[in-house]
Amino acid sequence: MTYLAKPLMHHPSLPRNSLGYTRRDYEGKISTLCAGCGHDSISAAIIQACWELAIEPHRVAKLSGIGCSSKTPDYLLGNSHGFNSVHGRMPSVATGANLANRDLIYLGISGDGDSASIGFGQFSHLMRRGVNMTYVVENNGVYGLTKGQFSATADSGSKSKYGGVNRDAPIDLASIAFQLGATYIARGFSGDKEQLVPLIMGALTHPGAALLDVVSPCVAFNNHLGSTKSYDYVREHNEALNRLDFITGRAPIEARYAPGETHEVDLHDGSRLRLVKLDAAYDPTDRVAAQRHLLARQRSGEVVTGLLFLDPEPEDLHRHLNTVATPLFALGEDELCPGAEALARINARLR
Amino acid sequence: MPEEPGASSRLIMKRLQAENDFVVKFANVNGSGSASANELFAKSILRMGVPVSPRNIFPSNIQGLPTWYEVRVSGAGHLGRRGGVDLMVAMNPQTWDKDVAEIEPGGYLFYDSSKPLPPSRFRDDIHVIGVPLTELTNARYDDARERQLLKNIVYLGALAAMMSIETTVVETLLAEQYSRKPQLLAANREAFHLGHGYARTHWADALGLKVRRADAIGERIFVDGNAAAALGCVYGGASVCAWYPITPSSSLAEAFQKYCAELRVDPASGAHRFAIVQAEDELASIGIVIGAGWNGARAFTATSGPGVSLMTEFIGLAYFAEIPATIINVQRGGPSTGMPTRTQQSDILACAYASHGDTKHPLLWPEDPHECFEFAAAALDLADRLQTPVFVMTDLDIGMNQRLTKPFHWDDARRYDRGKVMTTAMLESGRVFGRYLDVDGDGIPYRTYPGTHPTQGAFFTRGTSRNPYAVYSEAGPDYLYNMERLLRKFDTAKTLVPAPVMLDAAGGTRFGAIFFGSTSPAMREAVELLADDRCRLDTLRLRAFPFPDAVLEFIDAHEVVFVVEQNRDAQMRTLLINELGIDPGKLMSVLHYDGTPITARFIHREIGQKMRVLGMEPLYDRVVNDRRGA
Repeated sequence: MTYLAKPLMHHPSLPRNSLGYTRRDYEGKISTLCAGCGHDSISAAIIQACWELAIEPHRVAKLSGIGCSSKTPDYLLGNSHGFNSVHGRMPSVATGANLANRDLIYLGISGDGDSASIGFGQFSHLMRRGVNMTYVVENNGVYGLTKGQFSATADSGSKSKYGGVNRDAPIDLASIAFQLGATYIARGFSGDKEQLVPLIMGALTHPGAALLDVVSPCVAFNNHLGSTKSYDYVREHNEALNRLDFITGRAPIEARYAPGETHEVDLHDGSRLRLVKLDAAYDPTDRVAAQRHLLARQRSGEVVTGLLFLDPEPEDLHRHLNTVATPLFALGEDELCPGAEALARINARLR
Repeated sequence: MPEEPGASSRLIMKRLQAENDFVVKFANVNGSGSASANELFAKSILRMGVPVSPRNIFPSNIQGLPTWYEVRVSGAGHLGRRGGVDLMVAMNPQTWDKDVAEIEPGGYLFYDSSKPLPPSRFRDDIHVIGVPLTELTNARYDDARERQLLKNIVYLGALAAMMSIETTVVETLLAEQYSRKPQLLAANREAFHLGHGYARTHWADALGLKVRRADAIGERIFVDGNAAAALGCVYGGASVCAWYPITPSSSLAEAFQKYCAELRVDPASGAHRFAIVQAEDELASIGIVIGAGWNGARAFTATSGPGVSLMTEFIGLAYFAEIPATIINVQRGGPSTGMPTRTQQSDILACAYASHGDTKHPLLWPEDPHECFEFAAAALDLADRLQTPVFVMTDLDIGMNQRLTKPFHWDDARRYDRGKVMTTAMLESGRVFGRYLDVDGDGIPYRTYPGTHPTQGAFFTRGTSRNPYAVYSEAGPDYLYNMERLLRKFDTAKTLVPAPVMLDAAGGTRFGAIFFGSTSPAMREAVELLADDRCRLDTLRLRAFPFPDAVLEFIDAHEVVFVVEQNRDAQMRTLLINELGIDPGKLMSVLHYDGTPITARFIHREIGQKMRVLGMEPLYDRVVNDRRGA
């Protein structure tokens, strides 16, 4: 944490993406989170992913609820509109925003308290409606901003900093998202940026509800022995199912892997996802088998990461509602108001 | 011919006689199919050019509990409840005693005389008309459901015969209703004539209440407030609706769906120019509305008291972060689940000051379906102009009852007021953009829609305190600047909301009355009744909060002002005292809150008594009357 303002000077040799932007153009205000907080690493990964995808920063809408994680949208994409809403209610705000303007890219950033406790209902309903957005849960198992209470994702038997033991069963948002029909489900670790950045890129380009559960240790309140969300514990138990390469349409496809080791998915925008299988038995496009596999491995104490599920032909809320291609907010009187003549006909019917 | 119980006292009994001016109440069991027959009854009279105002009084239940349908017939055009019942159509044994007790002396009881009832179940000061409805129906129909449904049409036929309702009018209505179901049409017509024929034979002149063709409807339409408000949202440009089912507001969102399907489909692609989400709860409904409003779409939700309670945290956010939202509150009886199918005006304070911290919200009070349409559209404009949540405060009485009302009107030249939105061109012209900066002195800042410009105009929306440039700040002066500006904005709202409607009594008076919303038709009638008693009253119908200056001027111009409202705690009086600094002694409450719509007789009695008891008859009147007496 620092009180220093970010310097406006850019290093002249910073690389530029196809839009001519450097990574600095995707940054936001300086973080006020604790030094070493996993959330800051996730912010950096989001910045990297947006830069690599050459997204126009102002075409992203950032949404969050309340909590440490929900503060982070202010620390990235400074030229995007952000909305730090109400605790646990980001999903409904995101749903409404998305309905109003389908042309923006929606990035929701939430935490385990925000999404698994107070906002569990809204989280669920967003997933089942298929709102086209990237939903990042920065998952540390504790309430940081109120100083260390257990959250609903804390594993049963895990210890708090002050010695208490959690006896309640944990909520696994990724498993829930499977059941609710999310069409892109991934889990990452804030300490593995190489794995995380492509997962974010895949989520941002996915035209449906994408959940990214990122284990993100809380250095202040949940990084001790006995915690299952500490850096040490996750490093020891991290079992990656696959490594994801996100290949933009413009990039040449290199054959770095032997046939059979990879699983490639062409995306509608011309880009491609290439999965390097680390677990040969895992098929992330089979919703039922993937769930079973995931459950078994989690039962054995592994923190399973990677692309857990992908529906290559997702549907979203706009499709279900059959809305017009023009964003609703941009419709004017001509499209919205039926006019006096139609009203006269309605009056006549009511006599 | 069945003998009329209590016939011995008939010679000396009063007999109500009226033409186009009476109250009929139907006591039914819900789920028995009576609603459609009762509505046919009301519409038949309407089609004869005579104003009617029907009211459903129903339980929170689908089948088996008591339900009533009260029809006010008033050639003079009074559309409020009068009070009292001239003819009771008693079809529900569960409520028999209470229903019979409600009939005016000299009034009429119509009942199914298939099974004999002991004389103790009747009264000797009313006229009893028995028609063996079950017997007639069972003799003609075999199917149990058919028997149940058509029995209602049989009594409709009997009533039509006795009241001189034109047969051709009823037949036309039946033909319209069953235009696609010829078998049902035939069965209904037959049942109608079954009752009609029986009554003509047995009770030809039994009923002193008659309907006579008139021409008192004009171009008015017959519609419920929920449908009207939904249509107002369509015309007002709402493109996002999020809602959660709750009586009595559910039919509003459903009507919006219906009207959108008719009026808002792109003819070329068949795609929808609207999005409706039935949310998981009211928290999500308002969240969706706020998200859409933040992104520049016009959005609304329809709900009732309990829903507003759930929404209050979000409403505070929208107030403080300044996001447009339209909330239509179809009020019902509170607190808690209260009386979910009864009417009240009891959410005034809960809505005016909804949420924690210092908050105030504009409220609009429509008096009838016509104004539901107008105010729904106006609320969408106001929300965008003021960048804040705006409530349309209707209620069950207006929302769920069909009412004779002025036709809807729309001027095609009308443009939506999208408020102060800074565009790309404005940003690039070098104008300073501070999201919470009061550049015009009216307290209303400029906003940008997300995605407007690559490098300018982005800001972070939050419920936490911030400086005029939307940068997080807990500095006292920044907080004060913002809170004072919000007050200034509320002052601006006074000049934008619908003005009160004032009506002065002839000859002037020291007494005023303030009323609002669904009280309106009963109040108008009460003022006439009071005038007949030489009690003069100037009236002011409130249409919005914040109160325009004319409200204070009206109160200042009178010695005593009655505030008529439909809640226990005199919430509007409290709001007037609190917001305008009125001497509480000056505002006298007239409160009606048993869940039924207020009646003209109630207001007449309450205000009349207060004026007399407190010696408030104007001195001038007293002198003149004394002289006249002499």
